[in-house]
Amino acid sequence: MTAAVETPAIADAVPTPKVVPPLGPVPRVKQPTAAERILRSGLRVVAVRRPGVPLVEVRLRVPFGAAAPSHPARSSVLANTMLAGTAEHSQVELAAELQSLGADLSVSTDSDRLIVGGAVLRTGLGSLLGLVAEVLESASYPTREVAGERSRLAERLAILRSQPSVLVGEALNGRLYGSHPYARELATPDAVQAVTAAQLRKLHADRVRPDASVLVLVGDLAPARALDTVESTLAGWTGESTGRPLPPLPPVQPQPLLLVDRPGSVQASIRLGGPAVRREAPDYPALQLANLAYGGYFSSRLVENIREDKGYTYGPHSRISHGVAGSRLVVDADVATAVAAPALLETWYELGRMATLPITAGELENVRQYAVGSLALSISTQAGLASTLSALIGVGLGLDWLREHPRRLAAVTLEETFAAARTYLAPSGMLGVVLGEAAEIRDSLATLGPIETA
Amino acid sequence: MRTVLDNGLRVLLAPDRSSPVVAVAVYYDVGIRSEPEGRTGFAHLFEHLMFQGSANLEKLAHFRYVQSSGGTFNGSTHLDYTNYFEVLPSNALSRGLFLEADRMRSPRITEENLQNQIAVVKEEIRVNVLNRPYGGFPWLLLPPVLFDTFPNAHNGYGDFVDLESATVADAADFFDRYYAPANAVLTVVGDFDPDEGLALVDEHFADIPGRPRPDRPDFTESPLDSERRKSLPDPLAPVPAVAAGWRVPDPVGSFGDYLPYVVLGEVLSDGDASRLEQRLVQGDRTVTQLAAYLGLMGDPFDVRDPTAFVLQAHQAPTASADQVLDAATEEFDRLATGGLAKGELERVRARLLAQVFRDLDPMLGRTQALAGAELVHGRAELLAELPGRLADVTADQVQAAAETLRPDRRAVLEIAPGGAQ
Repeated sequence: MTAAVETPAIADAVPTPKVVPPLGPVPRVKQPTAAERILRSGLRVVAVRRPGVPLVEVRLRVPFGAAAPSHPARSSVLANTMLAGTAEHSQVELAAELQSLGADLSVSTDSDRLIVGGAVLRTGLGSLLGLVAEVLESASYPTREVAGERSRLAERLAILRSQPSVLVGEALNGRLYGSHPYARELATPDAVQAVTAAQLRKLHADRVRPDASVLVLVGDLAPARALDTVESTLAGWTGESTGRPLPPLPPVQPQPLLLVDRPGSVQASIRLGGPAVRREAPDYPALQLANLAYGGYFSSRLVENIREDKGYTYGPHSRISHGVAGSRLVVDADVATAVAAPALLETWYELGRMATLPITAGELENVRQYAVGSLALSISTQAGLASTLSALIGVGLGLDWLREHPRRLAAVTLEETFAAARTYLAPSGMLGVVLGEAAEIRDSLATLGPIETA
Repeated sequence: MRTVLDNGLRVLLAPDRSSPVVAVAVYYDVGIRSEPEGRTGFAHLFEHLMFQGSANLEKLAHFRYVQSSGGTFNGSTHLDYTNYFEVLPSNALSRGLFLEADRMRSPRITEENLQNQIAVVKEEIRVNVLNRPYGGFPWLLLPPVLFDTFPNAHNGYGDFVDLESATVADAADFFDRYYAPANAVLTVVGDFDPDEGLALVDEHFADIPGRPRPDRPDFTESPLDSERRKSLPDPLAPVPAVAAGWRVPDPVGSFGDYLPYVVLGEVLSDGDASRLEQRLVQGDRTVTQLAAYLGLMGDPFDVRDPTAFVLQAHQAPTASADQVLDAATEEFDRLATGGLAKGELERVRARLLAQVFRDLDPMLGRTQALAGAELVHGRAELLAELPGRLADVTADQVQAAAETLRPDRRAVLEIAPGGAQ
């Protein structure tokens, strides 16, 4: 409105309703400067300048999947002992050196990869890379440290395996991945106790190699100079990995609901799993938006139904889980024991509604804005950008995918969203697991359909 | 840049045009310590109610406006404050301010929404505490051993009986008393012009009627004069765990005496070269994981007196709590009598500095740190000074802090496992 004169004020007894302000023009996102180089060893290095705080985030990603049943235990003990000593430094000396650089460095693994990751004060980047090179080239897996660490790891795994979220996740993975290695990501305490230092040294020699690895550096750095530093400090890390890619994921086979008894549970942990596609698939942006509208953000149908309307749960959520071998859709809700069956029913009902009726134009615009905005936020930090880039490059994507994705989201139509929902969110294509006090939830769950008990 | 509106609202503006994002945070000076007896968990329940609609917004509208603008939101309840915040693309700044102003003016609290959120909060407590091993360890379990008075000792998540007794009238009283503009700090950080930001703040918040700022009671407690211990069974836990807490100097009034404890926590438990990792984990092998830190909610710089230095550890199955505590005491004594090793203080300082930077890199982290410092210390400037203040902590001060971690000054909580391994 462009009224030149103000209307005379009228004294209202009731305050005038206020109007929610409209959004201003969409701000322009500045693209960070980046540089990339493939070293002679095959190591791919990406350096991105994002000043802000005087730190550099470091992510070295080494492909680390393997089909052997012994692999999860060996790979977890390896991750926990890689920093336990080198040819030149003991565990404590190495940790003290890292501290003095203001560095934080840790090693982790999952079914796909090993990550040596952390952050360092800008001034210490070269020295940190020197220590990383020393670890890569000469981690010694000292027998005494390995013995201590595998016992501690076995204890920590026992603690993890007492968490309902871990137990139900493992049950779902078994159902969703069948005989694929993704079904057994978490090692057992017994298998961990049996790992020897010699096995770790061999695994390191076989698999911790640069040829298919990627190093991402993000932070207060000059990209070209950072690449030079990497090239000189990591020149001695060479060799080829003996690893082979994991087979692609088997298709999701709908099966009866699996009921896992956990005596003493005061909640029922519901997990559903279904098909999904990789980020580069043409219908991925539509699936991403359909999933958000279903249960992927707070303003979704699932949250508004089973939390904000019915109060069954604190945080239901639906997400797409991306691995190198393939992608899956996973829905989770931890609900009061007494409402296990009604909560499952509503969760299925909302899936069915997504698959049989299109979402509204308003819902589509909301999830589109959210997807674009939350992507920008998640990569607005040094650590967030480093982790995201490392994961993307690990599946063959990269900065370009990040830059282009908002445009792909902008182009998704209602029809495409509906098609993706029909294909991937249909209840007939999903399987489910419920973990809880079986005696209290079995009968009511059985009224909804067939049940198998673990 | 700061100002105070006529209704008493304190406003802190920190423009930063490096990326097109803004953060809006409102910190109310009321937390778990202020909830009335018989109403444990009320501050947190009330936080949930602040999302249930307001003067001009239906239920669910708040979430939808934030997220459909491309932003994220949350709120959290602490011992001394409750916060609400959004991170948004900078073109949604006016909208973010509107949303916060609208619920500061009048949240829409109905019987239906109250019952709904009581149910949601009960599920939150089940998923985070009751249905998992070590639930609330040690942040909910140690305070009743360490403190005597209701404000400091009670369970901030709340007893189910208390939560179920909450009424709409309780909520209206709580809002009237504690959610006055004069009892809050509004912090805006990010991509905006300071004059425009100030004009927008004025447009949205200036017409909220002022109410008196409530008096904040003194929650101080007298120090422990002998050791206290408690053991709790945890049927879900596979291995024993132990936590010990010691009172520390006033984190606001005696900030200079308090800071050495921040450094001490690092000396004792940061990384494989720290003293307790070397002794308990690598040496004695009585512990599988441990941490030593300040603040029961891990909040060293936005908590008021009284607070605590906390040591927590999961034991190896055969190790007793006393073995762990005795060895820790030996390490405290060794530090108190022998002092720091050459280079130890320097490397710990470097790590602390890096941690401070890492926490401040996300815009939300920076906003929360500024807002917390402004509310609790009355000085957001503290944040910029922190690296220098930490660097000024001397070896003698760290040594003196270690000297206070004596067995007769500690409160100990043990978790006795009852779960099958």
